Amino acid sequence: MSRRPTTRRLPSASVVGALPADTDRDTLAAIGIGNPLVPMQEAPRVTATHPRVLAALGGSADPELRRVAVAAGNVVDPEIPVLTLADLGVLRRVYRPVEPDGKIVVALTPTYSGCPATATMAADVVRAAADLRSAVAVEFVLVPAWTTDDMSEQAGAALREFGIAPPGARPDPAGPIPLSLSVRCPHCDSRDTRRTSRFGSTSCKAMWACQQCSEPFEEFKVL
Amino acid sequence: MTPQLVSATAPNGADHAAVPSSRQADMADMADMAEYLLWLGDDALVSAQRLGEWITNAPELEEDVALGNIGLDQLGQARALLSYAGELLGRNEDELAYFRDDVDFRCTHLVSLPRGDFADAVVRLLLVGAYSEQLYAALTTSADERLAGIAAKAIKEVRYHVEHAAGWAVRLGDGTDESHRRMQDALNRAWPYLDELFDPHPLTDHLDGIAVDPATLKEPALQRITAVLDEATLTVPATQRVAGGGRDGRPSEHLGPMLAVMQVLARAHPGASW
Ligand SMILES: [Zn+2]
Repeated sequence: MSRRPTTRRLPSASVVGALPADTDRDTLAAIGIGNPLVPMQEAPRVTATHPRVLAALGGSADPELRRVAVAAGNVVDPEIPVLTLADLGVLRRVYRPVEPDGKIVVALTPTYSGCPATATMAADVVRAAADLRSAVAVEFVLVPAWTTDDMSEQAGAALREFGIAPPGARPDPAGPIPLSLSVRCPHCDSRDTRRTSRFGSTSCKAMWACQQCSEPFEEFKVL
Repeated sequence: MTPQLVSATAPNGADHAAVPSSRQADMADMADMAEYLLWLGDDALVSAQRLGEWITNAPELEEDVALGNIGLDQLGQARALLSYAGELLGRNEDELAYFRDDVDFRCTHLVSLPRGDFADAVVRLLLVGAYSEQLYAALTTSADERLAGIAAKAIKEVRYHVEHAAGWAVRLGDGTDESHRRMQDALNRAWPYLDELFDPHPLTDHLDGIAVDPATLKEPALQRITAVLDEATLTVPATQRVAGGGRDGRPSEHLGPMLAVMQVLARAHPGASW
């Protein structure tokens, strides 16, 4: 089993910038700099009972399909490594092809049309299945279109912990024109925040700043 | 290269072959369908390329990122559309993007205009976005399920792009004398190209139920545009339209030089991957 990439939240730039050059190791360690004992945040482990894995299998009891579905579900988003494909909701189906000798098919759906991470996700799924000695082909399906509602509740918690504000509820298209509600700061929980840009480092994120704790943060946009 | 986008409802070639009498009609339909997909895919691709030119040239870093991201969304839409067209034509998306000449493209003139001022980018994003918003909304109910799926994906992205353009249009249009003047100049430059987007064309009649008659998109798109222009204190120009002809292989004079930049690497090193 290949080890999943692990990550941890880096100390904020404002903290680092405020430190005098001769700060001693203990002080640095206390705020998580250069301290190997600070736990790395890992994506929550996906098991065969994860709702997305069950849905992808569509009731199949085929043990190889189940192993592949769990492995594919545990692949993480290369841009946001605390989100598994199962929690992100992009794992759609795992099935055997019509041709008897064909590869098992893992169907994914892209989050955004041009998201460059989809290619990496596909390659990682193929690799994760190969670790189990299963040959798979990845296909991308667009229908129905992915929405942030496809993300699990676990995904929201993992994002917040990672320092990214999770997406809010999707506005009711039949309802009144939605007001732009402020987004809660993932660092200090304040609602006193303002959006600094509609676009962030990836298609799925916008940039915000917290007026309470002064930290910048990203928001996973509602889609 | 990334895996091809496929839909659960990909056309089944075996079914076509089984009924020879309907095959010719199917072939004609496929050619029309491919042509329509080139309309949409080429608009998205060329617009994405122009937006990409803004990276490192926008007025602020956030805007470099924003225009780059919008271009990336459009590039994703273009890939889905051109992959589909390519399957019908027996060519792949890269061949369609890199190995066609300007007269083989089917994009409108508006998307291929040179980068210009930042105000030009804002105006163009607003005009093209308002058109695309109506187009993709209508296509979500296309009888072609694969196209409907691409549209359902694209519409959510395009709405966000239009909001972004509208925000800038109001901020600059209702801003300083200088920003107002530059926005109005940009609007005056772009306006003659707007009508081409809504020109009726026999192709969409052939694809009844699948494609959308562009003329039907004009009124709702103009409503959206003029509402923004009002708020931005900008005036709808009273200018004559230009001839257009992009859908029929008469591209703007600006498309060729843009393609030269976009295609040079793929043509100098055929088969290269990166
Ligand atoms: Zn805060």
